[in-house]
Amino acid sequence: MISIINYNAGNIKSIQNMLKRIGVKSTICSTAEEIEQADKLILPGVGHYDHGMKNLHQSGLIEILNKKVLKDKIPLLGICLGAQLLGNKSEEGIEKGLGWIDMEVVKFDKKKLSSNLKIPHMSWNEIKINKYSALLEGLDDENRFYFVHSFHMQPNDKTDILTTTNYGYDFTSAVEKDNIYGVQFHPEKSHKFGMQLLTNFSNI
Amino acid sequence: MRRIRVIPVLTLQNEKLVKTIRFKNPTYIGDPINAVKIFNEKEVDEIVILDITATKEKRQPNYKKIEEIAEETFMPFAYGGGITTLNQIEHLFKLGIEKVVINSALATQLNLLREASNIFGSQSIVASVDVKKNWLGKLTAYTNSGSDKINLPLFEYVKKLEENGAGELFINSIDLDGTYLGYDNALIKNISELVDIPIIACGGASKVADFYEVMQYGASAVAAGSLFVYQGAQKGILINYPTQEKLATEVYSKL
Repeated sequence: MISIINYNAGNIKSIQNMLKRIGVKSTICSTAEEIEQADKLILPGVGHYDHGMKNLHQSGLIEILNKKVLKDKIPLLGICLGAQLLGNKSEEGIEKGLGWIDMEVVKFDKKKLSSNLKIPHMSWNEIKINKYSALLEGLDDENRFYFVHSFHMQPNDKTDILTTTNYGYDFTSAVEKDNIYGVQFHPEKSHKFGMQLLTNFSNI
Repeated sequence: MRRIRVIPVLTLQNEKLVKTIRFKNPTYIGDPINAVKIFNEKEVDEIVILDITATKEKRQPNYKKIEEIAEETFMPFAYGGGITTLNQIEHLFKLGIEKVVINSALATQLNLLREASNIFGSQSIVASVDVKKNWLGKLTAYTNSGSDKINLPLFEYVKKLEENGAGELFINSIDLDGTYLGYDNALIKNISELVDIPIIACGGASKVADFYEVMQYGASAVAAGSLFVYQGAQKGILINYPTQEKLATEVYSKL
């Protein structure tokens, strides 16, 4: 059973649809009590960094999330904005992130992109795997995922980098530290590659 | 390898899939859910579904059908047709779609773009422009499935769409719809020189090589209808999509 965190900042239905398709049971949780019972969490997220963090604060879920993730060490997968929130802060806003992974979120460096590469980065793109991970079992460098973002993660500890992707330059497209995973792309909208990744997550 | 998005566009009429020629003579193609299932297997980049009679019939988006389609859509899904309010947009996102395509509402309420972009992020808000050329070569934007004119000159209008918060422009040539005559490259070139947001080119695609060509004129993504629902000179109905190998050789590797 995977619990999807509902804090009014993510496209929950797409994730539910995909999990249903691969035969993984999921539930939506909006309260501390519901999260307390979870044994695996997905933190979705679409939109502005500060909007996401403020909603998490307002929903009163940060304390229980800290406990579940840092103390009980249950697996958590952040998707898109949900992955960015795992870090310290973002150039997009002023709110502090969850701080679980030592990283900053930075805007795409327009100077390094040729004029035909637009921001947001909105396209399918390949991943380059940086280290072994149970999350990427059965996946390889040729596999493509759907991206839509203007900011990207920048880990301070390079060993936290799980995959990189090239868009004008190589940026971090997935991170992993202990039981915490974050993917910039959308596995729920990435066909069989996303199905494989989410199946892997359900098996961790 | 750099990729571009190659997007099938499906047009709906009363829950049935149809294909038009120059926005006229809708021909029955099949069931949308079936088509989406096949496009899943073909691993298409993204899908655009347009309800082409919602505005004409002055009705809401068909939420029930859209939800059914979304449940089978494991790629980004953009929906357009009959969208006039923020509440509708919110409702659509809750059903599991990624983007909304807005067209007719822009004639009277451009502010909808900014308001929607501020709430949902501009990456999810696509402004769609249907373009027709008159016998003097003058370009005009149309709404309501090609029935009503936008009075502003075309290029002024698309500039306004960008300024008002559109995240992407879906530029569809009415004259080339269903004709297999290739994209209107000049039109895409002129618009891409005016705006900074991504342009999805649509109308006239006849082969994969056309994708590469229109990219050279400034398109960020390419869309097609007939090409992906018909096969061969007799236009037999066959949902199809180029393989990744073909796209890599004929398009991506040249970018």
